[in-house]
Amino acid sequence: MADSFYRPNGAQWALSSPALALFLGLLVVPLALTALLSFSAFHEIHGIQVGHTLGNYLDILSDGYYYELFLRTGAMALGTTAICVLLGVPEAIVLYRMRPMWQGVFFVVILGPLLISVVVRTLGWSILLGREGFINTALMSLGLVDRPLLLMFSMTGVLIALTHVMIPFMIIAVWTSLQKLDGQVEHAARSLGAGPLTTFRRVLLPQLLPGILSGSIIVFTLSASAFATPALIGGRKVKVVTTAIYDEFLTSLDWPLGAAVAVLLLLGILLVVIGSNRFMERKYRQVFA
Amino acid sequence: MSRNIGRNGPLAWLFHGVFTAFIVAPLVVIVLVSFSDKGYISMPFEGASLRWYRAILEAPELVNAFWLSIGLGLGAATVATLVAVPAALAIARYRFIGRDGLTALILSPLMIPHVVLGVAFLRFFSLMGWTGSFVALLLVHALIVVPYSLRLTLAALAGMNLEAELAARSLGASRWTTFRRVLLPLIVPGVAGGWVLAFIQSFDEVTMTIFIATPGTTTLPVALYNRVSLMTDPVTTSVSTVMIVGTVVLMLILDRVVGLDRVLLGKK
Repeated sequence: MADSFYRPNGAQWALSSPALALFLGLLVVPLALTALLSFSAFHEIHGIQVGHTLGNYLDILSDGYYYELFLRTGAMALGTTAICVLLGVPEAIVLYRMRPMWQGVFFVVILGPLLISVVVRTLGWSILLGREGFINTALMSLGLVDRPLLLMFSMTGVLIALTHVMIPFMIIAVWTSLQKLDGQVEHAARSLGAGPLTTFRRVLLPQLLPGILSGSIIVFTLSASAFATPALIGGRKVKVVTTAIYDEFLTSLDWPLGAAVAVLLLLGILLVVIGSNRFMERKYRQVFA
Repeated sequence: MSRNIGRNGPLAWLFHGVFTAFIVAPLVVIVLVSFSDKGYISMPFEGASLRWYRAILEAPELVNAFWLSIGLGLGAATVATLVAVPAALAIARYRFIGRDGLTALILSPLMIPHVVLGVAFLRFFSLMGWTGSFVALLLVHALIVVPYSLRLTLAALAGMNLEAELAARSLGASRWTTFRRVLLPLIVPGVAGGWVLAFIQSFDEVTMTIFIATPGTTTLPVALYNRVSLMTDPVTTSVSTVMIVGTVVLMLILDRVVGLDRVLLGKK
């Protein structure tokens, strides 16, 4: 057996130099400049001022509006994550139990939308959810409701559409866990007299937990940074951090304040990712080791 | 059989049916509405027509945005592949200090909110005087799709040992010849799959692009977003149908080249 690595001789840096140049020049520098921008003052007439100040961060921390904004965003992301767990885990198991042929078909149907533009999928939901949209028309003609439900420009509507966008990520993560599953353990539990529910709760679920957790991290962070869906379905009624940043930059033109909100969003997401990775490593060290 | 953990009962199939309906409903609705002959959002059952497809051709801003997005996707996917393949070789073939850091840096656009990237590029472009530059837009699109190309190339390289390459080298082939004649043919499906996935991701990107798009550099998703945010007219559904059909075609290509399960599920 030959070794699968070359001895490092500097070639590794030559090979990665195009990537390094691209990422330093167009990612690290712009992000650093944005962080700097968040410490600049802004004047309504003269624009961005020279010098550094904590003013933008103090403004944000002393304004209840921003607390509400971040809380609403957190609630939206958490709600989407919860629904994705509740629907995605059973669906992944159903897919796992299918014959390979059906698996192939439904993978494309259920995961394929991941590759279709978010704007397109959101447009579909705005047609379905509107006051005179197809969901309300159907509910009214069936006599299930007297007045149309307020789904557009509401948190409910945003959660429905966002779940649609995010749930493939949860299914993929749970699917990865299912691949590592030993089916014999479930048989053993059943043959030792455990009912289907007990088997699910005590045998299947613990083995799926790492997948559910990593799927939750992905869904949570992507939902907290989602823009098109909350902007088009939620509108001004359901303002979240990303849509507020958009307004700050392109409507009120207070770039330093917008940059400060963006920095806080990035820090918040990094904290969640790093924190939950730490937690998972500690909890599942024995499993992965 | 040790793999299968029982079969789906009728309840499971019922759940699956409702779930599948939930997934396809918004897409089916768009396709149906696009064939309506009414001037408002409606089903085509009381009169179908292609008028909303003709309407696309009469909206130059949509046609221009479409071609711009195609060019942008082709360019960004190509630049991303040229950058990602050598980087993947470095990561897969060498063990060195900074290897994990390099990998994390190249994959980081997957984790950074695209709104934050949009803000950063808006500021950077205005400082550099690059606002409205197609090349600048192409380079940042390449940057955000490099992770997809890197992941698929790394997956293609995984589990491949050096024997074939070392044999070629010992028989006198140069490094470049070895790469071109021995390694590249082996990883070409992964690289090609990465290119298609990078194209799709660039073509679909809206959140970052909306910050830096100017009238001359408006991509199709941004043009569609702008139109939908003003009002939902039927032409948005015919444009969307074109995008759905295009994506399905690319998905079929991806499936033939690398296998869709590999792209979507990260299977090796």
